[in-house]
Amino acid sequence: MATLQSLDIRRRSASTEAPPQVRQGSLEVAKLIDVSKCIGCKACQAACLAWNDLVEPVGTFEGSYDNPPDLTPTSWTVMKFTEYEKGDDLEWLIRKDGCMHCDDPGCLKACPAPGAIVQYTNGIVDFVSENCIGCGYCVKGCPFNVPRISKVDRKAYKCTLCVDRVAVGQAPACAKACPTQAIYFGSKDDMIDHAEKRIIDLKSRGFAKAGLYDPPGVGGTHVMYVLHHADQPSLYAGLPDDPRISPMVGFWKGVMKPISLAAIAFAGVFGFLHYVTKGPNEVSESDQRKGDDLAGRKGT
Amino acid sequence: MSEDRKAVARYTTAARINHWITAGSLILLALSGMALFHPSLFFLTNLFGGGQATRAIHPWIGVVLAISFLGLFFRFVTLNFWNRDDTIWMKNLGKVINDKEEGMPEVGKYNAGQKLVFWGQSILILLLFGSGIVLWDVYFEDYTTVDQKRLSAVIHALCAIGAILIWIVHVYAAIWVKGTLRAMTRGSVTRGWSWKHHRKWFRQEVEKP
Repeated sequence: MATLQSLDIRRRSASTEAPPQVRQGSLEVAKLIDVSKCIGCKACQAACLAWNDLVEPVGTFEGSYDNPPDLTPTSWTVMKFTEYEKGDDLEWLIRKDGCMHCDDPGCLKACPAPGAIVQYTNGIVDFVSENCIGCGYCVKGCPFNVPRISKVDRKAYKCTLCVDRVAVGQAPACAKACPTQAIYFGSKDDMIDHAEKRIIDLKSRGFAKAGLYDPPGVGGTHVMYVLHHADQPSLYAGLPDDPRISPMVGFWKGVMKPISLAAIAFAGVFGFLHYVTKGPNEVSESDQRKGDDLAGRKGT
Repeated sequence: MSEDRKAVARYTTAARINHWITAGSLILLALSGMALFHPSLFFLTNLFGGGQATRAIHPWIGVVLAISFLGLFFRFVTLNFWNRDDTIWMKNLGKVINDKEEGMPEVGKYNAGQKLVFWGQSILILLLFGSGIVLWDVYFEDYTTVDQKRLSAVIHALCAIGAILIWIVHVYAAIWVKGTLRAMTRGSVTRGWSWKHHRKWFRQEVEKP
C-alpha cells in the first residue's frame, strides 16, 4: 500500500540503505482483539474484503464455521472457531486470524526483493506488491503462517492493518465494523492499558489465566489478543505459544550471507595470488620430448 | 588440422557440448541465485529481466543443469572411482600446487583433485535439485510443510555456495595449468601435457590400437 510517507519507513526489505531518521517520536499503533468479546459474526471479514475491494471466490463447506477454512490471498483475516472442552464445560473460542504485525518481522527479514516489504515507524508491516517477486520467502520467514501467494499473479498478500486508513487517522476497517467492539485500535500503550482492564474483569469472572498476547519472541506485535487462557495460546486454533523467527531462517538470512560472500571472494583472491606468485603451470620442453617419445615409440 | 597428428584426443564432441551446456547453465544459475541470496547482488536480476522473471526462470535453468549434469555423471563416473594413488596424490597436494610433481604416482584420466570436483558437484547438484524442487512454489508449494521449505532454503543456499567454490577451483585449475582448456574447446591436448599431467592415461591411449 505504502500510503504513509517515506519518512515513516523504519525498515525496508533487502535494503542496505539507512532508513530516514529525522522524524522523531512516531506513535506506535496496535490493534487489540478481545477474544472474550468476539461473537464470531465475521463482520470484520466482510469489512476487510469491502474496504480492500477484494472478492473471495465461493468455496466449499469444510464441516466447520471457518469460512474460508484458512487465510487466502484475498481473505486477509479469517475467524477461526475452536470448540474447547474441559470436563463438562464447553467453550467456543473464536479467534480472528491474520497478520500480527511483528515488531521484528520474519517476512521482512526473509524477503530478497528490495522494498517489497516495509515496516513503518508506527509498527505496521506492509507488502508493497509492485516490488514483490513471488518467491515465497516471506512465507518461510513468518512465525504465524500468514502470507499467502496468489496463484493468479504469484504475489504475496496479507493484512495491511489498513495502513491507508491509519494514515488518515481512521481505525482499520475490521475494528470499525465490529459490532461488539471486540477489536480496538489505538496507540500500543493505550491498547496495553485497555487490555489490562479487560484482563482484571475476566479474572474476576473466573478466567484466572486471562492475559495479553504480545509475544516477546518477535519483539512484541502490533496486533495483540486478550485471551481467557493466555497460558495456552495454542488452544486458539494453533496460535503459537512462543513464536519466534525460525533459527533456520535466522541462519540463512543472518551470518550465512556475509560468510558466503567472503568465502567466494577469498577463493577468487587466493587463486589470483597463487597465479601471480607461482606463475602458470606450463609443459616444459623435456615433457614435450618425453611425450613425443612415448607416442613415437608406438608409431603414432 | 596439421597439428592433429601430434594431439591426443581427450573429449568427444558430444562430451564437450554436454560440458558447455552444464557450464552455461551453472553460471546462469549462480548469477540468478546469488541475486536472490544477497541484497547487494539483487541488481543481477536485471540480467534476467527483473526480479519476477529471475524467480520464474531460475528453476527451469536448474532443470537444464540437472539433466545435463546427469549426462556428464554417467559419461565420467567410472573414470572417477577413488584409488590408492589418489590418496597419495592428496597427501602431496602441497607439492602439486607448487608445480613440483616429481616422484608422484602417474595419474590416469583424472587426478584426485579432479575426482573431488566430480564427486563434490555430483552430491551438491543432487542436493540442490532436491531442495530446489521443495522451493519451487509454482508447482510444488502444496507438497511440503513450511519447516521443510525453511530447511530446503538453508540446504539450497549452503550447497550453492559449495558448488560455486568448487566451480572456482575447477575454473582456476584450467587457467593455471596451461594447455588444459583446449581439451574442452578442441577436444584434444598435446603429448607434452598428457605426459606431464596424466601419464598413466596417456600410456593407455598410446597402447590403444
